[in-house]
Amino acid sequence: MFSKILIANRGEIALRVIRACRELAVQTAVVYSTADADAAYLKLADEAICIGNAPPKESYLKPDRIIAAAEIADVQAIHPGYGFLSENAHFAEICRTCKIEFIGPTPEAMAAVGDKVECKRLARKAKVPIVPGSEGEVENEKQALRIAEEIGYPVIIKAAAGGGGRGMRVAHNDVSLQGGLRQAQAEAENAFKNSAVYIEKYIEMGRHVEVQVLGDHHGNIVHLWERDCSMQRRHQKLVEESPCPVLKPKTREALCTAAVRLVKAAHYTNAGTVEFLLDRDQNFYLLEVNARIQVEHPVTEAVTGIDLIKQQIRIAAGETLPFKQEDIEQRGHAIECRINAEDPSRNFAPSPGVIEQLRLPGGAGVRIDSHVYAGYRIPPNYDSMIGKLIVHRPTRSEAVATMRRALAEFHIAPTSTTIPLLLQIMDNQNFQNGDVDTGFVERVMLTK
Amino acid sequence: MDVGLLARLVELMTRHDLNTVDVRDGDRRVILKRGGIGGAVQGVQPPATFTPGGAPSQTLATSAVPTAARAEEESRNYRITSPMVGTFYAAPKPGEKPFVTVGSLVTEDTDVCIIEAMKTFNNIKAECRGTVVRVLAQDGQPVEFGAVLFVVTPS
Repeated sequence: MFSKILIANRGEIALRVIRACRELAVQTAVVYSTADADAAYLKLADEAICIGNAPPKESYLKPDRIIAAAEIADVQAIHPGYGFLSENAHFAEICRTCKIEFIGPTPEAMAAVGDKVECKRLARKAKVPIVPGSEGEVENEKQALRIAEEIGYPVIIKAAAGGGGRGMRVAHNDVSLQGGLRQAQAEAENAFKNSAVYIEKYIEMGRHVEVQVLGDHHGNIVHLWERDCSMQRRHQKLVEESPCPVLKPKTREALCTAAVRLVKAAHYTNAGTVEFLLDRDQNFYLLEVNARIQVEHPVTEAVTGIDLIKQQIRIAAGETLPFKQEDIEQRGHAIECRINAEDPSRNFAPSPGVIEQLRLPGGAGVRIDSHVYAGYRIPPNYDSMIGKLIVHRPTRSEAVATMRRALAEFHIAPTSTTIPLLLQIMDNQNFQNGDVDTGFVERVMLTK
Repeated sequence: MDVGLLARLVELMTRHDLNTVDVRDGDRRVILKRGGIGGAVQGVQPPATFTPGGAPSQTLATSAVPTAARAEEESRNYRITSPMVGTFYAAPKPGEKPFVTVGSLVTEDTDVCIIEAMKTFNNIKAECRGTVVRVLAQDGQPVEFGAVLFVVTPS
């Protein structure tokens, strides 16, 4: 086991990793930018090192500063969290060169699954269903029009190097395809410095169902079942749950074993998530693989009883997975709501600044993962998520009721949050019946 | 009053980091009090109450926190801060004289130290003009971004 780890992230995920390390008796050093200098979670690490000014590209996205911090803190490993450099194969490579263990997949596995085009090639090899579409990058408009005619409209144009819902455009006909292609390429160039795009059939009314996987360095790979993340706004998840309320047992089995086949083909290790689109006929299609620990990992921790962050650290330290596939069960039902400092009544305008009042919910079945507290100043430089509220109950209807109770108990002022929208979701008939798709929130709930 | 003596006393106080000097010479007495910079080297955070393995937190040179009484003098001085994370070296090579010491005159392009990160040695420039009055980092000490390395009184 490592004696000391550097946490190259901030906010709730930094706190999450610090907590796991404390329980493993691993010393911690955490990096921070000047905007996070006063955050209380820093005090829970053994050491905190300032690595730059507030803008991420001057701090959390600077591999040289992070490696330098790892060196002066004399750590054996770096946990990258999610976002920032967590899926940067170049950074993982630098860690390896500097003989610092990167707590995540190898640079090769990360690159293999991280490029959407390469990932689809692996999927075909592993007999994992993919969404019909272009075999690789779309070279030109003429090719795009031909592919769209073959697979049939509507289609979606996506950035090959993209994520977070950016660099995407839906097209319903040739005209919108031509315009959408140009827009998606421009957006991709701007966001990811890579204008490569590909085209897929756009599956409407689909559900986002993803599978958690864990692989050790000794050839063992398991899945930890699925999460349904269909409640989204602008391709950002609002609510996640496990199990998926509509999956039939046979489909669940097929979906999860397909995920394992895919990551095995990529020689993947450590934690990862394979995302699928599930249509209304229980057909599933690969969307992409996320080569990192995800925001919504607590949902899986709740239903399986397995601490994913500790497992990540153990795997990186060379330990064998302490369980076999048949040992991993889904028990009860878990739901997570992301609490964002945004005002739904003002088009989700961010609400940074000092939290003056905060009273968190509690009670049976309630877990909070959050770095904030009364007096905490939310910096404007980073994403708006201030915490995650997770509930775990024996049945889905109880979980929904507990989540509604917990959301209603949550008191925060003067910061605006997405809690009112989350309450509406919990009260929504379709959601309660499990009858939703990835467009539901925007189509039905936000256009009143 | 011998101004030259006073000037030498001030220089001695600065060089040896003294706050108060009380000199008597017969029936003459001079008391000099210098507004020193408080809290020279502080840990970034107080040590966590739960420390597995019992290792104390490492202290790194950080931003000094001046008291209210010294704020005015503070505001006149330049602080040379570290632009990167790494290890501070006071001299060009081990065994050589330091780039600067208390009393050294610097201009914008004067090399004041080296910060080493990832096996790369970076010469840090003063980027100000004046006299070094405090050296806050020790040779071989780890420093973080923004750590105050030197205090310079403008000329």
